[in-house]
Amino acid sequence: MTRISRGFRGKRAKEREEARLPPGQYLVDDFPVLSAGPTPHTALEEWTFSIDGDIGTLRSWSWEEFRALPSEEIRADIHCVTKWSKLDTTWEGISIDTLLDGIEHDATHVMAFSDGDYTANVPLEDLLDGKAWVAFSYDGQPLEAEHGGPARLLVPHLYFWKSAKWVRGLRLLDHDEPGFWESYGYHIYGDPWREQRYWGD
Amino acid sequence: MESQAMRVDGNALAGTLGEIFVPEMTMARVACGGCGKTEPIGAEYAYMRAPGFVLRCCHCEEVLFVLAQAGSSHVLGIGRARSLEVSESP
Amino acid sequence: MARAAVLGRLIWTLGEVVELIDETARVRSILLDVPDWPGHRAGQHVDVRLTAEDGYQAQRSFSIASPPEDRRLVLTVERLADGEVSPYLVGELRAGDMLELRGPIGGYFVWESSRQEPLLLVAGGSGIVPLMSMLRHRAASTTASGARLVYSSRSWEDIIYREELEQLSAAAGGPQVIHTLTRTQPPAWTGYARRVDGAILAETAWPPSADPVAFVCGPTPFVESVASALVLLGYPVPRVKTERFGPTGG
Repeated sequence: MTRISRGFRGKRAKEREEARLPPGQYLVDDFPVLSAGPTPHTALEEWTFSIDGDIGTLRSWSWEEFRALPSEEIRADIHCVTKWSKLDTTWEGISIDTLLDGIEHDATHVMAFSDGDYTANVPLEDLLDGKAWVAFSYDGQPLEAEHGGPARLLVPHLYFWKSAKWVRGLRLLDHDEPGFWESYGYHIYGDPWREQRYWGD
Repeated sequence: MESQAMRVDGNALAGTLGEIFVPEMTMARVACGGCGKTEPIGAEYAYMRAPGFVLRCCHCEEVLFVLAQAGSSHVLGIGRARSLEVSESP
Repeated sequence: MARAAVLGRLIWTLGEVVELIDETARVRSILLDVPDWPGHRAGQHVDVRLTAEDGYQAQRSFSIASPPEDRRLVLTVERLADGEVSPYLVGELRAGDMLELRGPIGGYFVWESSRQEPLLLVAGGSGIVPLMSMLRHRAASTTASGARLVYSSRSWEDIIYREELEQLSAAAGGPQVIHTLTRTQPPAWTGYARRVDGAILAETAWPPSADPVAFVCGPTPFVESVASALVLLGYPVPRVKTERFGPTGG
């Protein structure tokens, strides 16, 4: 039983915009920084992004090669499991479709892996057909380290913990397995519209 | 701001640990399976601005454990904490 | 003695706001009446939880400013420009309101006047709060060992508890208080005018040979810089206790 604190409104910018907010979410003005550890810093000269399979690396790009790939502008609403949502965020990134184009595989799931030992699992089909990107720019500027720069995964239709910061690659899997937060009680899929925050939701 | 600026002491976890453990836990000594060093929880690094709270070794930054509040349950994820020693309060 | 002394689980309880005191332009002390408060130790904190009418909740930790000897619980809060909880506590909260809190919490960053060794306190901004609990507790006890406070503030007007610190240091056996003002200084200021660094600590801290214990509190970058400097001066790591407030100081 909690007591209502008279006059407390919290950080919300305005009241709920009914249609665009998943259940239990609140709008914010700013872009909260959440982190489970120190910010990694990988020099761009050392940065690589790779697609890995069972037998090893299937494809890999240096930063220059990566940035030479065709990119897109993305406008998306994002929803954090800690209940804040931000509408109409703008990014620039490379579609996962582009990154996987021409790679032969029979994967059903993907484990995104990042600097700092962070991982997030996503079904492969949730990354395809224009639903996911590796983003390197936010709001017209290079992605800041505290927000996952130089590049992060961007999967807006799932809770934002799936959009792994400091992403360095995707491991193709033929089965699902839990990543970092999923191992600690967070939902294996994470659909904000069905409010799948935790195990058992 | 750098995430390092966001880190606080394990002391900040005391309230939430008090929802799981009965004895006061910030003086409990945790041994890190990464570097082997042992410290009171209060001396380790806590990252509190995340879906869950993460306690990391103040020597090697390995994840010791994760405290996630998953709905009405707590999930205590054991990372690389090798052991936890809880003494009688003074 | 009530629950917490018998190792019960921490529970949320309500305190009534009795009085509000403006310490500086941005800092306010909140005096609370908490029924069945089990008592606390100097340096501990409470968790405060605010609930909006639609159920939205925010929770933060605040150090207890009052000493164990006081009947009333005092929290001293700095209003952060982009804060969520602090502008409510230092703006909206009124006498008569109820505040949901849990505590006392923390066994790592506590000081008892029964301790014999010289005490070094280093505060950055609102990091003074738990250290003030220690100094108030010390003043209410008979203690032989010395105490020194090195206190960093932006300006003279931003020094929290300034007059009380003057009184404490003027009393016999009182702490030695050394201020440093990092942004602006009053005319004719002869004190330190920069961030606390190794040189300031070399001049002000107890020498390691005195086997002192140090408590450092404030924003995380401040605490880490000071703690490193003390260790470089020769303080053993376990003798430097830290309480980081995070990026913005609380």
